[in-house]
Amino acid sequence: MDFTIDSEQRDLVAAVRGLVTKVYDSSETRRAATNAEPGFTAWERLAEMGVLSLPFEATPAEVSLVAEELGKVIAPDPFVESIVLAGGLIEAVGSDEQKEEYLDAIAGGEILPVFAWAEPGRDWAADAASVTFSDGTLSGTKASVIHAERADLLVVSAATDAGTGLFLVTEGYTAETERTHDGSRAATVTFDGTPAVPLGAGGDESAAIARALDLARIAYGHEALGAMQVALDTTVGYLKTRKQFGVTLNTFQALNFRAADLYVSLELARSVITWATVVAADENSSDADIAAAASQSALQVNRAGRHIALDAIQLHGGIGMTAEYSVGHYASRIIAIGQLVGDEAFHTDRLAATLTEHDVLDPIG
Amino acid sequence: MRLQLSPEDQAFREEMREFFTTQVPERIRSKVIAREELSKEEWVESQQVLNAAGLAVPGWPVEWGGKDWTQLQRHIWHEEMQLAGVPQPLAFNASMVGPVIANFGSQEIKERFLAKTANLDIWWAQGFSEPDAGSDLASLRTTAIREGDEYVVNGQKTWTTLGQYGDWIFMLVRTDPKAEKKQQGISFLLIDMTTPGVTVRPIQLIDGGFEVNEVFFENVRVPVENLVGEENKGWTYAKFLLGNERVGIAQVGASKRNLATAKERAKERGLLERYAGRIVGLENELLALETTALRVAAHSDAGKPHPASSVLKIKGSQLTQAVSELLMDIEGPAALTSRDARVFLNNRKVSIYGGSNEVQRTIIAGTILGL
Ligand SMILES: Cc1cc2nc3c(=O)[nH]c(=O)nc-3n(C[C@H](O)[C@H](O)[C@H](O)COP(=O)(O)OP(=O)(O)OC[C@H]3O[C@@H](n4cnc5c(N)ncnc54)[C@H](O)[C@@H]3O)c2cc1C
Repeated sequence: MDFTIDSEQRDLVAAVRGLVTKVYDSSETRRAATNAEPGFTAWERLAEMGVLSLPFEATPAEVSLVAEELGKVIAPDPFVESIVLAGGLIEAVGSDEQKEEYLDAIAGGEILPVFAWAEPGRDWAADAASVTFSDGTLSGTKASVIHAERADLLVVSAATDAGTGLFLVTEGYTAETERTHDGSRAATVTFDGTPAVPLGAGGDESAAIARALDLARIAYGHEALGAMQVALDTTVGYLKTRKQFGVTLNTFQALNFRAADLYVSLELARSVITWATVVAADENSSDADIAAAASQSALQVNRAGRHIALDAIQLHGGIGMTAEYSVGHYASRIIAIGQLVGDEAFHTDRLAATLTEHDVLDPIG
Repeated sequence: MRLQLSPEDQAFREEMREFFTTQVPERIRSKVIAREELSKEEWVESQQVLNAAGLAVPGWPVEWGGKDWTQLQRHIWHEEMQLAGVPQPLAFNASMVGPVIANFGSQEIKERFLAKTANLDIWWAQGFSEPDAGSDLASLRTTAIREGDEYVVNGQKTWTTLGQYGDWIFMLVRTDPKAEKKQQGISFLLIDMTTPGVTVRPIQLIDGGFEVNEVFFENVRVPVENLVGEENKGWTYAKFLLGNERVGIAQVGASKRNLATAKERAKERGLLERYAGRIVGLENELLALETTALRVAAHSDAGKPHPASSVLKIKGSQLTQAVSELLMDIEGPAALTSRDARVFLNNRKVSIYGGSNEVQRTIIAGTILGL
């Protein structure tokens, strides 16, 4: 197993970092962007740089490297939601005509797609139940759909006689939008006899949906990882400069030890999250391998993520609670990613279901 | 980034697995898997099987029996050995004194000791800690005063693991009591434990066993040629040794094997559902530990542990403890009299020795985070 990245990948990282640290050069700028419509400002330039076509052209490794850079500045642009997940589904399931119609436009930033899958009152299950498709129309409610209001194209999962299918919708629905705690927007989307066309052949697409969600989870993991890294760096910097009792806080071993524990959590999480990408990028990995890797990664996102996010606030004291200072926003985004990928209990259950299929867990293929 | 082993590494893994599961006696391996104590003879027998095949000390320089392996191959060797229940080559020999002698010793001292150390013809004990020098090891007080061609050693060591089996003991001693800093004036000295004036007294631990000892030195006369490297440079060698020790404590393979046992037992007793959450959580953390070990191995220069090896020490020891806790819990009331409860108690040691986990946090906060 080899975790090293090549020089082309390093260049990609440098280019994306250059761009997003310029667009979101401070916590203020980012906050201003999320408070204005549509809530993100790097999209066009990411498109120009070719980043939005990566999931269609490159491997999960490149996708994850980009996600990690976005996570470091907690860029509010819906790269994983729209490109990896919704775009990924169109690429995986769409007919040739649909791909031709949409993929270039998505990569160019002209069409923003989102995937409407979760349903009110349910967990992160991949199948659809309350939204149904019949006679060319959709009925039912999806929530919470990230950036549904801004979206030009909805990919919707819906129950059909054949199982869970995928459908494309451009109009004829209502979206009731709310702000999320991490500054994004999520909507309750209601379909009522909404005209929809099947994505692809129109049959059961459960497997493709599950796979796309798992690939998105793995990319989200890197977004969380980038945010965790910066939350820790910020905290360490603060301990070195903030003075109380006439000395800097890093005079107190109790605080330094907590920071050391955050580092332990971060490095262990980095290993699993990166390993999950390596699994996703390996052509021999089955859907089941990718699902297991996504769940392992999600467990780290939730556990290490909360450990780092919450202690980063605590070690800052009051300033960590303010909307003006960055660290609380990092915490909020890390927690939000946990809510997007599925929580610890959900992924523990998923992994428990296959627990007896191996005696020891072997990370190497 | 790559997940699959290369065909060569895959073949290497199979070769290791085949060797460990067929050449090392099953009666020894099953004792390890049952977490029972081994006799001295069993330790020696197993290490000699490995050494005869050139597999006891792969980390040493090639001319002294080491292997020109990649870090990944070394990881595979270690992992397969533990999964098969093969006792690891005695750490005092293979990962502590051997590498110090090989790196810092004279040609003469290498020739005297290295081959016998690899073959466990000499059983080494580690004489570092003293009653008043634990985490603050450099405050040690055992003295070695030069008289002609000999050092005269006086003082006390403690916590000497398996000192009752020891033929020789490698010591940190104070050769210059007047040195300005306490780290200066320390030397690395080898002492034959049968020398007059050496007394070993057992200490009983909370699990009831006797694996550690106090060792007393009263006017023990040691030839000067038993000094390793230079006089008063012992602290440098000790730091090198402790860095290697830290890496060895992670025990990924052993924890994985023990977790598999726990899963099997929970299933046998119809308790899998009750314990599934804990098992999944531990598998996830062991995955994190193993993939971190692979990452750290890939980035460490020969002989010098990566600073993140403190992560491996902390998490590795915690997981050893957590898995033995699970094994104990699954036994229910039977744990009151079981071996596993004693192993669980015994495993409190792994977060204390090898640089306690608090010392590792100090290293992370200081050298990595700059706090
Ligand atoms: C089973 C066992 C086997 C051992 N085998 C050997 C052996 O073979 N040879 C050998 O030489 N030694 C051996 N040791 C000794 C071991 O290395 C020491 O126990 C260890 O270094 C800790 O020292 P101490 O026990 O004196 O505890 P102390 O150093 O007194 O520490 C007490 C507590 O305070 C904490 N602490 C100490 N200093 C600090 C600090 N600066 N900041 C924060 N916390 C601190 C420690 O982490 C610990 O929790 C063994 C120990 C055990 C338990």
